[in-house]
Amino acid sequence: MSEAIEHLDDHHGAPQAKTKLEWIKRWVFTTNHKDIGTLYLMLSLFMFFVAGAMAMLIRAELFKPGLQFLQPEFFNQMTTMHGLIMIFGVVMPAMVGLANWQIPMMIGAPDMALPRLNNWSFWILPFAFTLLGSTLFMKGPAPDFGWTFYAPLSTTYGPASTDYMIFSIHLMGLSSIMGAINIIATIINLRAPGMAWMKLPIFVWGWFITAFLLLAIMPVLAGAVTMMLTDRHFGTSFFNPAGGGDPVLFQHVFWFFGHPEVYVLILPAFGIISQIIPTFSRKKLFGYNFMVYAIGAIAFLSFIVWAHHMFTTGMPLAGELFFMYATMLIAVPAGVKVFNWVTTMFRGAMTFETPMLFAVAFVILFTIGGFSGLMLAIVPADYQYQDTYFVVAHFHYVLVPGSIFSIIAAVYYWLPKWTGHMYNEYLGKWHFWLTTIALNITFFPMHFLGLAGMPRRIPDYALQFASFNEIASIGAFIFGFSQLIFLYNVIQTIRGKWKIAAPARVWEGAEGLEWTLPSPAPYHTFSVPPEVH
Amino acid sequence: MNIADLQYNMPRGVTPLSHQIHNLHMTIFWICVAIGVVVFGVLLYSLVMHRKSRGYQAAQFHEHPVLEVTWAIIPFIILVAMAVPATTVLMRMEDYRNSEITIKVTGYQWKWKYEYLDQGISFFSNLSTPLDQIQNKVAKNPWYLLEVDHPLVVPVQKKIRLLVTSNDVIHSWWVPELGIKRDAIPGFIHEAWAIIEKPGTYRGQCAELCGVNHGFMPIVIEAKSDADFQQWVASQKPGQPKQLPAVLSGKNWTKDELMKRGEQAYNTSCSVCHKVDGAGMPPTFPAMKGSKVATGPVSAHIDMVLNGKTGTAMQAFGTQLSDDDLAAIITYERNAWGNNTGDVVQPADIAKAKGKG
Repeated sequence: MSEAIEHLDDHHGAPQAKTKLEWIKRWVFTTNHKDIGTLYLMLSLFMFFVAGAMAMLIRAELFKPGLQFLQPEFFNQMTTMHGLIMIFGVVMPAMVGLANWQIPMMIGAPDMALPRLNNWSFWILPFAFTLLGSTLFMKGPAPDFGWTFYAPLSTTYGPASTDYMIFSIHLMGLSSIMGAINIIATIINLRAPGMAWMKLPIFVWGWFITAFLLLAIMPVLAGAVTMMLTDRHFGTSFFNPAGGGDPVLFQHVFWFFGHPEVYVLILPAFGIISQIIPTFSRKKLFGYNFMVYAIGAIAFLSFIVWAHHMFTTGMPLAGELFFMYATMLIAVPAGVKVFNWVTTMFRGAMTFETPMLFAVAFVILFTIGGFSGLMLAIVPADYQYQDTYFVVAHFHYVLVPGSIFSIIAAVYYWLPKWTGHMYNEYLGKWHFWLTTIALNITFFPMHFLGLAGMPRRIPDYALQFASFNEIASIGAFIFGFSQLIFLYNVIQTIRGKWKIAAPARVWEGAEGLEWTLPSPAPYHTFSVPPEVH
Repeated sequence: MNIADLQYNMPRGVTPLSHQIHNLHMTIFWICVAIGVVVFGVLLYSLVMHRKSRGYQAAQFHEHPVLEVTWAIIPFIILVAMAVPATTVLMRMEDYRNSEITIKVTGYQWKWKYEYLDQGISFFSNLSTPLDQIQNKVAKNPWYLLEVDHPLVVPVQKKIRLLVTSNDVIHSWWVPELGIKRDAIPGFIHEAWAIIEKPGTYRGQCAELCGVNHGFMPIVIEAKSDADFQQWVASQKPGQPKQLPAVLSGKNWTKDELMKRGEQAYNTSCSVCHKVDGAGMPPTFPAMKGSKVATGPVSAHIDMVLNGKTGTAMQAFGTQLSDDDLAAIITYERNAWGNNTGDVVQPADIAKAKGKG
């Protein structure tokens, strides 16, 4: 290990491109963890606006009853693409981008353990999303069966473009598996001397466990889409009852992937929030050990609750009871996390810079999403909630103020370290308040819509749902346009337009190896591993 | 709409199960509210009091194993307390014994078929909201998108057993006020039951994305007193799929009659996909106007309509519609929108084709 580190000392700064071609080659062939982290985050930012624009179209159509802008066929394509891109194109690449930037700097490693693999994991993604996006421009509909692509709607009845989606998902899976291998190898092998397991920054713990989830589930998803492919073209009948297959089997396989997947989206977020709250509370994270155990417990439970997505498919009573109890159990470690965050803030000396604002909103709003999750676990009540806007409200409350807020908070928190410039705090606060207020205007009424009987994934609805849909749409437009403030702030910070240089230790209460490095962090850091005491 | 009229909570419903589900829902809701008040209360107190700007000095504690074990155990106890009533209700939901009437519900893209297994009644139930309302050309009915041509008629105070399945993709039969949501899955039959307490009209929708017109396959139930229900049963003609009254059955039709009836039947059963103007939504739903099938050999056309096309949304209509309607639809398709083949298909031709199959 030490030999490899010495070799990296050979060159110093980032390559300076003189021509356009050199600039392209630098980014295409880079094996530097910071470059690749930037690429992931840029892709994610771009996709955020693509999938966000789709959400705007969906909300525009749902503003009033009747069909106004989108035909049902295109509406279904939008809901499908919005879901697929937000999950695979926004949250996952953003989290991997943060891992790339931060894990080596937080554990005192010179780079990721497998830099070339790292390059490949990223560069697969633009191709994957080009394939997926190209279906929108094909003759015939793009995938239009929801991001869960249930058989037989996606197999026997799926449009021709489904095969592109299948291949695209294979590519995304490859990328995730390679990324996960890299993160595991880095954390196991490249920790600085003295960085014991129970001294790891909690963001690193969150990602370490997430990476194992990814390794376990991405092959399952690949299996599911491969079975779809052979059902569609090679005469098999995995999911086709006419050939002795079973459509419910698809749902079991899909959710065996899908439920751990939602924890893939949230466990790194737990890590981020657990970094930010102590910093701005000027107080150590409360119950570090229990926080690590809680992440582990949630990861374990995530594998034995998948069928709670399928209560209405007609499971045997024993199955329903098992999955109900297991699902309710998740509330215990999730509760531990929330209580510990609150206790970290309790009797701290808090300040409320933008990252902290997003982190506090995370704790409150994610907990609300947790409450609706607990309600959904109660099987008899789930019969009323399932496939309604109540579910839409639930998963947007855990994903938007959960995953997305944590990513935004992380960007505000670490951007000064990455660029050497402070972001604009005034714009940051505007971004926070507009986003948070709009988010609640958008998603809170969806609870009411679902309880009142509005199914999800419908392009048009009965008149009694009109008022809340109107409110939700207005909130969505404010939410969407508020993100332009974020975009502007990030771009101007990168360009150094605010003219405030960031010190090495950007935040007063910040602890950890990354803050011992100058800002911006040099192209190669920790070529000589630091000593951790 | 007045804010007081807005429905924002789960309906209490009209069956014993829907009441129990509602009670569970409210119980867990208030438990969540109570936990939220405590947790958010402490959080808000800290946010206000423990600020650096107030000169507050950070305390240094960061561990307390007893406290942490305690707040793992307390939620666990609350969860057990929640699980007990939930389990009781669930076990009751799964008790299908002693039902008095059995109705088979089959999901089709995009309509429901109801079969009264004891009474021998069977019919399809389609959305009855006119297209003009969906396209905002005319004012919308009060029950816009929640109205059907043939509602499911059931008696009150009887244990009704539903057998739910599907003919094509997965649908989900959901009526909130009955507390029933059952996925309709091809190849499977799932049970549900209800005892409706009072007469009335109860509405629901398909809850599982099932293709283009997922949002347009509502469910309407008319619950009647036993006497009214028996009267309704007597008024039904057993055995015939009920789309349009089959008054002229057996006779030879003139082309004009067939075209008139065909247009009506086409607009009910075919226009959802192939569109009123025959333009379809290619390539998923091919155009009828100038199509190879509708202008090619008559026998191939009849075969397509009767037996459908495997692997597409084209259903086998031979078992869904009467021979008269089938003949009228095929004649209409072969002569409308400039498909001037001049062909006339009689119900007898359909019967003959069915016989061969």
